[in-house]
Amino acid sequence: MKSTRDGYGEMIVELAKKNKSIVALSADLTPSVRLENFKKKFPERFFQCGVAEANMIGMAAGLALDGKIPFVSSFAVFVPNRCLDHIRQSVCYTDANVKIVSTHAGVITGPDGATHQALEDIAVMRALPNMKVVVPCDFDQAKKAVKAITKTKGPVYVRLTRPKTPGLPKQSFKIGKANVLRKGKDVTIIACGPIVYEALEAGKKVNATVINCHTLDPIDKATIVKYAKKSKKIVTIEDHQIRGGLGGAIAELLGENHPVKLKRIGADGFGESGSPEELKKKFGLTVSNITRTCRLKK
Amino acid sequence: MKKLDSIKDLKLMANTIRQDIIRMLARAGSGHSAGPLGMADVFTALYFNVLKHDPKKPLASNRDRLILSNGHICPVRYAAMARAGYFPVKELSTLRKYRSRLQGHPSRRNFPPLEAATGSLGQGVCIAVGMALAAKLDKKKHFICCITSDGEHDEGSTWEAVNAAGKYKLDNLIFILDRNHIQICGFTKNVWPLEPLKAKYKAFNWNVIVINGHDFRQILDAVKKAKKSKKPIIIIANVIPGKGVSFMENKYEWHGKAPDEKQAEQALSELIQERAKIR
Repeated sequence: MKSTRDGYGEMIVELAKKNKSIVALSADLTPSVRLENFKKKFPERFFQCGVAEANMIGMAAGLALDGKIPFVSSFAVFVPNRCLDHIRQSVCYTDANVKIVSTHAGVITGPDGATHQALEDIAVMRALPNMKVVVPCDFDQAKKAVKAITKTKGPVYVRLTRPKTPGLPKQSFKIGKANVLRKGKDVTIIACGPIVYEALEAGKKVNATVINCHTLDPIDKATIVKYAKKSKKIVTIEDHQIRGGLGGAIAELLGENHPVKLKRIGADGFGESGSPEELKKKFGLTVSNITRTCRLKK
Repeated sequence: MKKLDSIKDLKLMANTIRQDIIRMLARAGSGHSAGPLGMADVFTALYFNVLKHDPKKPLASNRDRLILSNGHICPVRYAAMARAGYFPVKELSTLRKYRSRLQGHPSRRNFPPLEAATGSLGQGVCIAVGMALAAKLDKKKHFICCITSDGEHDEGSTWEAVNAAGKYKLDNLIFILDRNHIQICGFTKNVWPLEPLKAKYKAFNWNVIVINGHDFRQILDAVKKAKKSKKPIIIIANVIPGKGVSFMENKYEWHGKAPDEKQAEQALSELIQERAKIR
């Protein structure tokens, strides 16, 4: 088991060896966001910004507008939420090539409590024009995602997580192309982030199709609609507020293109201190609840 | 670039730019009057003397960057750029109109030579710091000049940027403070405490020069000195908001208002009279 943030820390160093345009910025969270190695290997390309996230975003925009590929990292509660206006105007409005890679998303952040568990970041970032939103499911996918976004011009948000989580079967990664992990009957489960693991386990139990929808924007309309047409019911699951995230995106998409019975599983309210397992249980982010929801007649 | 060396020519150009500002705002029917008029001399000095720039190659990599962090005074920048040859003067009449490159607040997406999108305060200053770092990484010699306003110093992120520039010893970064003492709700001293600005900047490890922002000699000398500074430097330009138009001068009510037709006529006649006195 490895964390998605570890995948980022490994891949950015690998990429930066060849690509001299890559720079990294941290707001006093260098070890936590896994930029410690980058800082050691490329000190001249690493910028410590202090606990001042808004300026960090502006600095990244300035670096990007003059040709660099800045990776900005903090906890997902601070970036994007704390400095949303800077992301909107300085980054998105000019389509600046800034990569925002935030860690510690979701209730699985655990003991730090609700202040440090970002549950609104997907909704916020999905709403911004020009911003791509990527949520890798495991260590390997985080690495592939970081590589892919480096090659893509323009702003991208990558949502990463703190704890070590299970690795899923190896998947290809293309921005905007959802991965179908298994094909089943009647029900399709759509998930993003490390909770894809639970989705897959539940899918095996109820013989459901399971889709890893790692890109929330642009969302893979073709794949989602294709499997909605084959299903009597869709179940979404995410470690995020139930409003505005993955479930919201799927509801928007299917509401317009192929209305079908939909059940959304996600957080509804603030988290609290506890272990990732306890907190997942609090919001029904468990194999048993996904299984139960798939089997519900309604 | 069209360089003006004599103080008289600079004064004449600033007067032209002030007239442009009045005409474009009256035509737009909305916008900010006091700020642009107050900074017309500084912008004239920048575009017609001190900045390294070429309207024919507006994105040349060795150009000096000019960021207008208090984006709402953009009419003065647009007018100066038009007069410097970036685009036809008649395009100024499209200010704030649908599909214009001259958006109500500067947009790099619509017009790349503007360098950044600004309007929400406390952001251009941060972008300027990033551009100064990029220049350092690439060992480039150009300067990053950022216009910022006194009201903008209410924003926390402005001070984050000031702190960052001090930390990274950005000697290629020059701020020019549009110190006109007004903001939307009144005089700056009554809205939010700012002073002692000079001491604050010094405490953040910057150099500071204080000038009269309507005296070309002082503006040119200050920028010359600023380019030699070993630290980030701010030129605090004391200016009169609404400068050149009697009924706008020092009136905070004119911060965010455009003149109507009659007011524009009066303003223009004052500016034309003033022009005749320029020596």
